[in-house]
Amino acid sequence: MSSPRYWREMPQRYRYEAAKCKKCGKVLFPPRLICPGCRARDFEKVHINQTGEIETYTVIRVAPAPFVDQAPYPVAIVNMGDGVRILCQLADIEPEEIKIGLPVRIEFRKIQKQGESGLLLYGYKCVPEF
Amino acid sequence: MRDVAVIGVGMNKWGELWDKSLRDLIAESALLALDDAGIDKVEAMYIGCMSSGLFTDQEHLASIGPDYAAMCPTPGIRVESACASGGLAFRSAFIHVASGLADIVMAVGVEKMTDVDGAGATFGLATAADQEYEVYNGITFPGLYSMMAIHHMHKYGTTRDQLAQVAVKNHKNGAKNPLAQFRMEVTIDQVKNAVMVADPLTILDCSPITDGSAAVILCSMDKAKEITKRRLVKVIGSGHASDTIQLAQRDDLSFLKSTKLAAQQALAMAGRKIKDVDFLEVHDCFTIAEIMVLEALGCIAPGKGGPSTADGLTALDGKLPVNASGGLKSKGHPVGATGVAQIVEITKQIRCDAEKDRKVKKADIGLAQNMGGSGASSVVHILEGI
Repeated sequence: MSSPRYWREMPQRYRYEAAKCKKCGKVLFPPRLICPGCRARDFEKVHINQTGEIETYTVIRVAPAPFVDQAPYPVAIVNMGDGVRILCQLADIEPEEIKIGLPVRIEFRKIQKQGESGLLLYGYKCVPEF
Repeated sequence: MRDVAVIGVGMNKWGELWDKSLRDLIAESALLALDDAGIDKVEAMYIGCMSSGLFTDQEHLASIGPDYAAMCPTPGIRVESACASGGLAFRSAFIHVASGLADIVMAVGVEKMTDVDGAGATFGLATAADQEYEVYNGITFPGLYSMMAIHHMHKYGTTRDQLAQVAVKNHKNGAKNPLAQFRMEVTIDQVKNAVMVADPLTILDCSPITDGSAAVILCSMDKAKEITKRRLVKVIGSGHASDTIQLAQRDDLSFLKSTKLAAQQALAMAGRKIKDVDFLEVHDCFTIAEIMVLEALGCIAPGKGGPSTADGLTALDGKLPVNASGGLKSKGHPVGATGVAQIVEITKQIRCDAEKDRKVKKADIGLAQNMGGSGASSVVHILEGI
């Protein structure tokens, strides 16, 4: 992955930055140039909530090349509230413990190791919130 | 807009075609379609292909297509909408003829997927999803459809056996199709007990990696009546819609809104209701997809796709035959070719050219539904024999 491509997404992957529409209040993650709700173009910077609930999930058994060492691993779509849903891996949980509605918390984690040189890429995963 | 008919179709045998190149595949189906129509040239060639660059390092199909079909200087137009590239190539060719710009136009769909290994093919296919917010986090296409399946099962009570029944049905049909990649029948137990790809979907819930192509020739109705003596296959409806690239940003995770909207457009153009459709070819890239597509098209109420499939509604001898060709599941899924191949199949059924043991009982009106990614783009066509 090129450095600029990785760098561009860091506000979202490291700090969970989102954009809140000044007109209709919709929270966009990732931010966009125009609100798909009301077509306004003015936003304020906000952060998505730190906790959410699992809406659906799977366990990846056949993984893409950068993730082969991690398989099997669970992935979920998590409802973070304020109309924001994210797709991310689940960590610190066994597959049989995962269920729809389970409360989770977002955490900063290593996501993948790229190429032979082992470049580390970071981002967010969700862990069970007990 | 003027009336448009399909006057020629061509499709090669699909599979892992080590001895055939991307350009061979384009030319092979293009020539079959020309021969079928009994003509030797067209005014433009649309080429639906998702990712010849990633799969074969070759772009510029707008040249290589006409070139290797011996059609230069006929213009080529490459069309891409992930796995809906073929359906979109057909729609683009339809618009080209309907507009009056040309009388005879070809749509070819192609994908050469086995010049890269499994990891390379998976990487190429994954580019149909959101690279930064889906693929970056380790999701795969089977994974995205698995999350839709889990959501559908939780919301409606759809069962693992009902999902498997889609594969059982489509393999039963595909076993009778000489052009299909996997001409074998499977049982519910075989599907359930196959290698797990992403819970709950096994390898037998997934469409395969395939090399293949398909081509159709569209013609203005007036000219078609001069050219062909066979039953005319009229394109009565065409619809196309998009949705968010990210599955997570859809209102309902187990409903394909783009398919619903594309179908509404196509039905409005045709002046028909969904119940007027006799048979369908739909985008069963995964077993859950066929269930969700039938619900989005309005053939079956939301949540009833699983039980209806288990009850035989969509079987070859059922009230509403779906994927008599074997579908993507058994026939194969060379992604850019799939949407065009659906039109080939519907045309064959309407003209009574399909193999005797896999003919649908009533084939006057057929519907083709082709979609890209996790349902982020959908194309629907309705064809009628006149």
